[in-house]
Formats: sequence, C-alpha cells, structure tokens
Amino acid sequence: MTAKTNRPGKASKSPASALVDPVREANEPTSLLARFGPERPLGMDCGVTLDRWQIAYQTYGTLNADRSNAVLVCHALTGDQHVANTNPVTGKSGWWEVLIGPGCPIDTDRYFVICSNVIGGCLGSTGPASLDPATGKVYGLSFPLVTIRDMVRAQAVLVEHLGIASLFAVIGGSMGGMQVLQWASSYPDRVFAAVPLATAARHSAQNIAFHEVGRQAVMADPDWQGGRYLDGAKRPSKGLSVARMGAHITYLSEAALHRKFGRNLQDREARTFTFDADFQVESYLRYQGISFVERFDANSYLYLTRAMDYFDLAADHTGVLAKAFAGSKTRFCVASFTSDWLFPTADSRAIVHALNASGASVSFVELESDKGHDAFLLDEPELFATLRGFIGAAARVRGLS
Amino acid sequence: MSDVRIDLSLIADMVEPGSKVLDVGCGDGALLALLASRRHVDARGIELSREGVAGCVARGLSVIQGDADTDLGDYPDDAFDYVILSQTIQATRAPRRVLENMLRIGRRAIVSFPNFGHWNIRAQLAFKGRMPVTSNLPESWHDTPNIHFCTIRDFVGLCDTLGAVTERAVALNASGSDIGVKAPWWFWNLFGQQAVFLLRRTGPASPP
Repeated sequence: MTAKTNRPGKASKSPASALVDPVREANEPTSLLARFGPERPLGMDCGVTLDRWQIAYQTYGTLNADRSNAVLVCHALTGDQHVANTNPVTGKSGWWEVLIGPGCPIDTDRYFVICSNVIGGCLGSTGPASLDPATGKVYGLSFPLVTIRDMVRAQAVLVEHLGIASLFAVIGGSMGGMQVLQWASSYPDRVFAAVPLATAARHSAQNIAFHEVGRQAVMADPDWQGGRYLDGAKRPSKGLSVARMGAHITYLSEAALHRKFGRNLQDREARTFTFDADFQVESYLRYQGISFVERFDANSYLYLTRAMDYFDLAADHTGVLAKAFAGSKTRFCVASFTSDWLFPTADSRAIVHALNASGASVSFVELESDKGHDAFLLDEPELFATLRGFIGAAARVRGLS
Repeated sequence: MSDVRIDLSLIADMVEPGSKVLDVGCGDGALLALLASRRHVDARGIELSREGVAGCVARGLSVIQGDADTDLGDYPDDAFDYVILSQTIQATRAPRRVLENMLRIGRRAIVSFPNFGHWNIRAQLAFKGRMPVTSNLPESWHDTPNIHFCTIRDFVGLCDTLGAVTERAVALNASGSDIGVKAPWWFWNLFGQQAVFLLRRTGPASPP
C-alpha cells in the first residue's frame, strides 16, 4: 500500500476552511500510522480478509516501564483519532480536550493515551476512501462492510503492535461506547477498566431508522454516483449535509435547542415569507451540515452508520447479554444523561443489569443534563468528577502512582 | 475508628472477611468503605441519589444508581454472601418484596432499622397525640421518606412469614449500647431504639 501514492480523485478545490485535503488524509494521514501486510491480515465479520490495511492513531503522554498505564479512547461515529490535538483537517481543537490532557480526568501526565481512527473511517485507517491495493483505485462501495467488532479487532492489533499486553482503561461514548463493550467482551483479560458512556449494547430500531434516513439522503444525491464520486471532482455534499442535519437533531434535546435558539430569527427583524433560513435553528443546522461535508467522507458515513446498526452484543451470545461479560474481572463505569433520547438511560441500565447478572464490578450513574446525547462530549462537571473518581480508584488498584 | 457509627460497626462485625457484599441504599458509601477497609470485602452498592452514587464512585466503590424496590429483581440467586439494608427498609415501597429479594440474592441478609415500638415514640403518640419526631427520626410526617415504619416485633413477624432464620439479632438503646441478649422480646421492643438482624433463608433461593 505504501507504493500506491497516485492520489486519485484529488479534490479540484479544497474548501477554504480545510487545511489538509481529506482524500489525501484518508491514505496518508497527518498522524501516526501502523501498516500491516499479509503477515498480519485483518479478518472481518463479513467474511472478507484485508491482506493490506492500515490504522492511523495519535498518542499522548508516556508509556510507563511496565506498560501498564495505557488508556485507549474509542471515537464516536464522526470522530477521529485527533482526540486531544488540533485537528489537521478542520483546524479545530481535539474533540475530547475537556477530558483528556495534563491534569484532566484522563491525565496525560499519568497515562499513555491512544486514540485510533476506526476501520471504515476516513482519516487514515483503511476504509472506503482508501486505495484498494488490488486495483490501485479508491475502494468506494467495494470496501467490505465493517462491524464494531472489526474496529475492535483492528485496535487490538494496534495495541499489540505498540507492545501493550493489557490496557489500563478503554473509554468511549456512543459508537465509542459500543467499542468499549466489545473490547470488554472480546478481550476481557486485556481491559482492566471499561468506561462505556451514553451507549447501548445494541442499536435500537429508532436509531437504525434515523441512520437509514441519513444514508438515503446521501445515496439520493446524484453526485454520489453509486459511491464512485472520489474518481471525479464532485462530492455528494448536499446529501451528506442533509444526513448530518438530521443526525445532529438527534444529538441534542428539545430543551437544548430551545435554550440555544428558541424561535429567534437569524439576522432579520421579521419573517421573509420564503424558504430562507429565517430561524436561527435552521441557520445553525445548515452550518453543521456544510462544515461536516468538508471533513467527512460520504461513503465512510454509510459504512460507520451501518456498523452501529449491526451492533447487538447479546445476539453474539445466544441472546443473553450477561454471557458477553461472563467471568469478567474488568471494572466498569457506565454513565448516561437524563436528556439523551438517542441512547436513553434504559439502554445503559440494560448493560448494568447484564453486568450485575454476570457478577462484574460495575458503577452506574445517570447524570443530569439538558444537552442531549452530545452531553458526553461537553463540559459536564458531574461526569468529570465521576470519571476522576473511578479512574483514580482503578489506578490505585492497578498500582499506578 | 472511634467516629464510626455504632450500628455500622455492628454490621461490619457480622460480615465474614473477604466476602462479597451488596449494600442496598448505601448513601455516601460510609458502610461500604468501612467493610472494604476493615473486612476486605468485595463491596458493591445500590443508591437512589445521584449525589450519593457520584460520591461513592469517587471513593472507588462499585455503586450503581438504582432503587431497592425495582432493581433487586435483576440480580441472580446467591449473587452475594451478604445483602445489607441499613436504615432503609422503612423507606421502601414494598418492604416484604425487598426482604424476599435480599434473602434470594444473598446467602445472608443484614437489616438494620429504627424501632417504632420504642417507649419514646409510643409516649409521643400516646400523650402528645402527634406523629413522633426524635433525634434519629427527625423529619415531620409530611417530610419523611420513611413510609413503612415497623417495630421489632413487626419485623420478627415478617421474618417468620418469610421463613427466614434469625442467626443474630441486636437491639441498641438510645445511647447506642447493646441491650443484653438475655432480655426478653418485649423489653427489646420497648427499649431498643434500633435493631440489627442477621438473617438467612431456609428454603431454596427461588421456588422451583
């Protein structure tokens, strides 16, 4: 894969705000990169094996002498590996800098933090925007369907590659939380503490429905071109933007939208009797949609939403979720948010009940917030206090000073 | 350890070292922390209040936010060596079902509760004609979370109904001293301000 650098479909004009070309970023990321060949193939749930694949990642802090202080951060649907550094594509700060950094609840002065781009993503780990080594062209829809377990398998290879036999903690929210649960289930001996936030052990029918609307919006855009858009210059920006607008609503709450925007008009005194963005909330959503397409690959969005839809940890264990954690020695800390209607507290309680039934050590708290699903990414002092306590106590048991 | 509440200390003494314990309604985790440090138990808790849970987790305790009335049913039989209900049974909606679940999911159950048969409480009701307010039950009737008060005799009656065996029972008087085991029940019921019972079931955990 290293030899193929012909950069097909290089965007004719990058959006003004993009600092790095996203197509280039998918193959040659501004990131640490681990490449694997036929000696370390990646077998996937769909039956396909990737003989050549790569995983892009960032690290923060220092691995201690006995390699016992590594924390793996799993990103959500549209996140990436740039968890605590300036994002090279958007120029914005890392997506979880409130939680991860020197002196933060996940203290990079104490822990060695790893965050990798998921398989199927578009910021340097192999995905639909990557070049297929067999053809030299972008995979597009010929890329195999990815599952949460595939993502975790790839991360496990990376962690091994970094010489880490056991992770101190695995943490993530939403799709990241699904990966945390999968890690704890697939590799119980390699996870000392697990922190699945605002997540579920299976994607609900309602959430699959929302994802389907998003995918249909992408595929209805003529510029999507059956997924082959990276061969040319056009991008399904309209469709992906609409998908993002719809999804973004599900990340918020009625109360948060009302508090932020109410029925306020955008830069105008009165209604215009047109379909312009009269309301602030419309203007905000349009901005969210437009800024998203500058940094995210439309096919990746299809693949990763599908991976979440397919996730059902109990189904892999004869329908009994507790069996996924049987005999687990991992310490769990589960948290949900009162206003999160995408991954409601009931989903977290189902995880907690299964962990209790399997005898695992688990803490659970439902945190008060009106910020909806996105609360896990925001400055939530109660979340930080809980995590600081949980991680600190786990570190003491682990013997980390 | 001199600042440890006498009833908590008493419960800690009933627990075998190294066992697995669930404290239902664990509050700020004081008992769990005591059990972890003094008896080296695998300490777990359930607590209704968010502040309580957050405080417990920050102390390194495994505590879930939950409700004794609704969440005990989710635990499998014999999941714990001890299930403890400390000064909480009177605040549950269905004390009998809570106790049944405790006896099912724990090999032993420990229950401590304020005795509503204490002479001071009887006197307030008898002579003032008002709902009792005491130092250890300070809330007025309209403010109190305690909706199912019982006397020591009432509790013994419930244990008999459920076929639970009392392995140990202690009543504490107002100054916190143990009322002698030789004392008859009526004496306990009149002079015990609170009581602590160590129970076990006789039959199988769940009916076949």
